Formats: sequence, structure tokens, C-alpha cells
Amino acid sequence: MKEIKDQDHAQLSDVFNRDEDRVNWHDETLWFIRQKRDKAAHSIPDWEKLRETASQIKNNVLSNLHDYLIQFEENAKANGVIVHWAADGKEHNDIVYSILQKHGINQMVKSKSMLTEECHLNEFLEEKGIGVIDSDLGERIVQLAKEPPSHIVLPCIHKKKEEIGEIFHEHLGTEKGLSDPKILTEAARHHLRETFLTRRATLTGVNFAVAETGEYVICTNEGNADMGAHLADVQISSMGIEKLVPQRKHLSVFLRLLGRSATGQPITTYSSHFKIPRKGQEVHIILVDNGRSTQLGRKDFRNSLKCIRCAACMNTCPVYRRSGGHSYHSTVAGPIGSILAPNLNMKDHADLPFASTLCGSCSNVCPVKIDIHDQLYKWRQVIVKEGYSNAGKTAGMKVMASVLSSPNTYHLAGKMGRLTLKYIPFAVSNSFNPWYKNREMPEPPKESFGEWVKKNRK
Amino acid sequence: MSSRDSILSKVKQAQPERIPLIDLPEFEVRTDVIETFTAVATGIGTKVVEIKSLTEIKEVLIAADRLGGRIISTLPELQDLADTVAFTSVDPHDLQDVDMAIIRGHFGVAENSAIWVTNELLGQRVVPFITQHLAIVINRNEVLANMHQAYDRIGELQYEFGTFIAGPSKTADIEQSLVLGAHGPRSLIVFILDEA
Repeated sequence: MKEIKDQDHAQLSDVFNRDEDRVNWHDETLWFIRQKRDKAAHSIPDWEKLRETASQIKNNVLSNLHDYLIQFEENAKANGVIVHWAADGKEHNDIVYSILQKHGINQMVKSKSMLTEECHLNEFLEEKGIGVIDSDLGERIVQLAKEPPSHIVLPCIHKKKEEIGEIFHEHLGTEKGLSDPKILTEAARHHLRETFLTRRATLTGVNFAVAETGEYVICTNEGNADMGAHLADVQISSMGIEKLVPQRKHLSVFLRLLGRSATGQPITTYSSHFKIPRKGQEVHIILVDNGRSTQLGRKDFRNSLKCIRCAACMNTCPVYRRSGGHSYHSTVAGPIGSILAPNLNMKDHADLPFASTLCGSCSNVCPVKIDIHDQLYKWRQVIVKEGYSNAGKTAGMKVMASVLSSPNTYHLAGKMGRLTLKYIPFAVSNSFNPWYKNREMPEPPKESFGEWVKKNRK
Repeated sequence: MSSRDSILSKVKQAQPERIPLIDLPEFEVRTDVIETFTAVATGIGTKVVEIKSLTEIKEVLIAADRLGGRIISTLPELQDLADTVAFTSVDPHDLQDVDMAIIRGHFGVAENSAIWVTNELLGQRVVPFITQHLAIVINRNEVLANMHQAYDRIGELQYEFGTFIAGPSKTADIEQSLVLGAHGPRSLIVFILDEA
């Protein structure tokens, strides 16, 4: 699904913020998940040791990725899997299309894969006349609503159950006015079971791939990836090249962290290890770069490739919770998305590293210890240096720098500010001043602190 | 140059100086494995039943009203209760009307109540997903403390497909309301078998 462009994060947040009740509801829902995460993390010993271990394993992976990729390819091939390499989204999509064409398939069922969202696979295939049905419940809902997911783990977290009832009524023919999550889920179960039973091809994402054995792991709660994979003749699994772990035993560390960090569950319902294809089944893996090797070369930002897509940084982020996933106009929203997106397209995503208070909560919950808020800060500097920052903000910063560097200008500016607030408040209390938005301007003090000292120290 | 070669050469150029792979540290192990397993499993919607013999399974399934539909099992001991042979060689799509499947698990993991199963325990890979209700039998002395012990065990096993199963299938995609029975089983019973 195409991302919403032309508007930046602040403007799109304004749209989301028009409905205050909904913002509060969104905020509370995500904070509830953050609290569940805390409870799950604290209920086992060694949480911090696990995070540190995961981080160090990933350090090794990123520093040895070339060899691990070759090792993985070799072992996957030996297992009977067909391995493809895609430099970018377009090549990935072409590969998927060519596999489907070879088998004469024009309908496919898909489980959750943020990578295919990143590559805009669905639109591409639809243009070619191939129907794609997303089978993760949240993804199916946003697909029917013709929207992109707003959250990588909970794709329709921005939707209310009444709206979902309306979508199902329109597209699945359910009774009008339904809003009970149980009944809605049951309706989706029937609709998608029919899909699983009739599709000859399935596409899945990949959570982890093991260099040592050539197997890969897919985690779901719904069982949708497995329903697709074990029924279809052709299974395609798309993975970013950073998803590798060195050995099978390292999965223990990541599977302990993933579910707890994501939703506060001790583990996802299914953690399926795909090694050798089922008899008569054809399995393809597509290894996708799409900017990852570039990010790997950026010393300050390469750690973002450690991400295991748990979304804990989104659930905890005060900006994400109150601006909604769509305001990030990028496949991966929130803090981690804001350090991944500028790598792919700095100009289009120059606003995202500024969509943060730099409070650091994201870094504190990250299960693989990515220095997210430091990277947000560093991206800001790169973006300003490269000339992609907001022109108004840059001009303002320049004025501020000149005011702060000269005592005379500083005193004069302070005086003018106080006089303005006192005698012509409408000059600043208007919609042209971004600081006035949602705020009252302060009562002006009679004198500056400097003036007060001068008077009282005599 | 092929995409494979160009990606690999870009990665080689970009990756930092080699950082050695660490040895996995020792993680704390809790010893009350059966209690922990049962508490965690119950917390995520699994029903845990301790049994002394496989013959007790029938009573439990009668009580749960699960003997009315198509039943399949990979346990030959349950052949008077379930299809234990024919289902393994049909087209997997023909398992769509299975109501109850009873399988064995290799072992359970206390910290998350996950049970490790592999293709040779399933009859067909789709079985634990396509069935409306699932029951898994594990031996009482096969409950490990954590995932590190689990992968130590898996290290010795060969498989083509393997999965950890923890609870019935579920979703909370609609307003974070937990619903059991997303695409897979609506319920899970774990039998902990303690044969004398």
C-alpha cells in the first residue's frame, strides 16, 4: 500500500490529533502493552543479561555478515530450498512474480511481512493481475480498508472495533453493526480458512535465519504462516539480509526476548523452524538488501540493523503513542522506523528523526540494545548538514545562534520579547507561531534576570 | 555482476572489523519446572492435565465434549479413539474437517509453556494448525526449565520441520481484546504423563 506523502510528521500528527478522545485511547492502549512488556520482562531472571547477550551476538553477525550469508545460502540449498538474491524492492517483486508465473498461479495468500510492505509487493502484483490476500487478522483489516499498517506487530491498532465491524460488513458480508472482537475474529477465521484451502502459493516473512543449518524461523500467534506454508505447493519466504543468527542455539536468546518485548507474552504461540521442504513442495527464499548494505556501512547507524521488529520502542514512545503510526509515512513507524527510513530516502524522511523528544525510553526497552535515541540525534545532524532540514526551522536556528552569541543582541531580543507579550500579544499568540499551538503564551516578567541582578546587587 | 555477487561485495565493504562471537553465558535456572509450566500454560489459555496412563485421555476428552467429530492421533495407543494411520497419507487439505488431534511432544519448556514438536511426531505438518482442537502429550520428566536447555536438547535431534507450540492460536488485533482460535486450534490440552 502506498505511503502517504507530501505531508510531514508534524502535519500528519495534526490530522491524528483532531480527535482528542481517539488520541487518548490510542495512547492508553499502547501504554497497556508497554506495561505488559515490563511485567513479562521482570518475571524472568537475567533479563538484562539476555539483552546484552543478544546485542553481542548481533554485533558479531553484522561484522561477519558476508560469510554468514554465504554459509546460510549453502546450507539452505543443501536442504533443498531455492535461494534468490534481490538488490532492491523491484528485483524482489520481479522474483516473486516470476515464481508465480512459472507455476501459472494468480492468487496468493500472505502472512505478515513488513519487508514486502517495504517493497510494495501487493500493489505490484495487483497491477500484474495477481490477487494477494493478507492472512494476519490485523493486516487483513488494513488491507480491506486500503490503508498501510500503522504498527509492525499490531497493524490495525489505530482502528476501533466498530470501524472493523463496518469494514467486515462491506467486504465479508457480515451483519451490519457488529463490534464484538470474538464474533469479528470468527468471521475472519472462516473467510481466511477458505483462502488457505484454495491458494497454491503462500508468501511469508522471516524472523530469524540460522547460518549454521540453513533453517529459518517464523513466529506467529494466529498460526497463519503455518496454515499457508503446510497447505501450499509453493512457499516463498522473503527476508532482509540482516535476519541471520550464527547458530541454532542462539535462537534461545532471541525467542526469550521477542514475545516478551513485543506483547508481554512469554513466547509467541508458534515458533516454527522451516528446514527441509515438505515432499512435493517447492520452497524459495529471497534474500533482500534494499539499502541494508548501505546502512551497514554507516558507522553511526549500522546498529539499527540489529532490530528484531518487536515494536517495544513504538509502544513506549510518547510521540508515537500520540501521533499514530501513519504520521510516520514509512513502513516501519516509531523510533526504529525513524532511524531506518532516512537511510532509504533521506529527503523524504528528513522529518522523522525530529519526531522524537529524545527521552531515551526506546533505547531502554530495546531487546537488542540499539542506541535508538542517540541515532535519532545523530541523524538530525546529518540531515541538517546535507541540507534536508525544514527551511523555517533552519532559519530560526540561525537567528537563535546569532542572538545567543552576542550579549547585546540577546538583551535587546529579551526586552523586545517581553514588550511584545505585554503590549501586542496577538503578534505571537496566533496560528503562525508553532509554539502557540496547544499552548498559552506565558505572562511576561517585568524584567529579565540580568536586570534584576543589576538592581539588587548595588 | 549478479545481484548475489554485488550484494555480497557491498556487504563485505560495509561490514566493520570482525567482532568475535561470544560464548553463551550461564542463565539462572528455576527448578520448580512442573509448577512453573502449569502456571504459565494456564495463564495463556492452555488446560494442563496430569495423567498416570494414556487411558485417562479418553475421560478428559469426554468431559471436554471432544469426541463427537473427526479425531486423529499419532499415538498408536489411541487407535480405538482416533484415526492413527489413514490421515498420514491423505492430501493435507483433506484434514480441514479434523475436530481433535492428539499428538506427542518431545519436551516442554517451563518458562513459557512451549512444547517442541517435529515433523515425525505430527503425521503431517499441518496437523497442529488445521485441527479445531489440539492435545499434546509430554512425559513428566521431559519438562525443561528454559529455552537454553531446550536448544541443548534440540541440538541432538534431527528434523525437517519443527515448532514450539505455546497455547491455542490467538489474536488481539482488534482493540487488544484477546480472542482464542485465530486460524489454528481454538483450545489446547497438555497431558503431562507420569507413568509409574
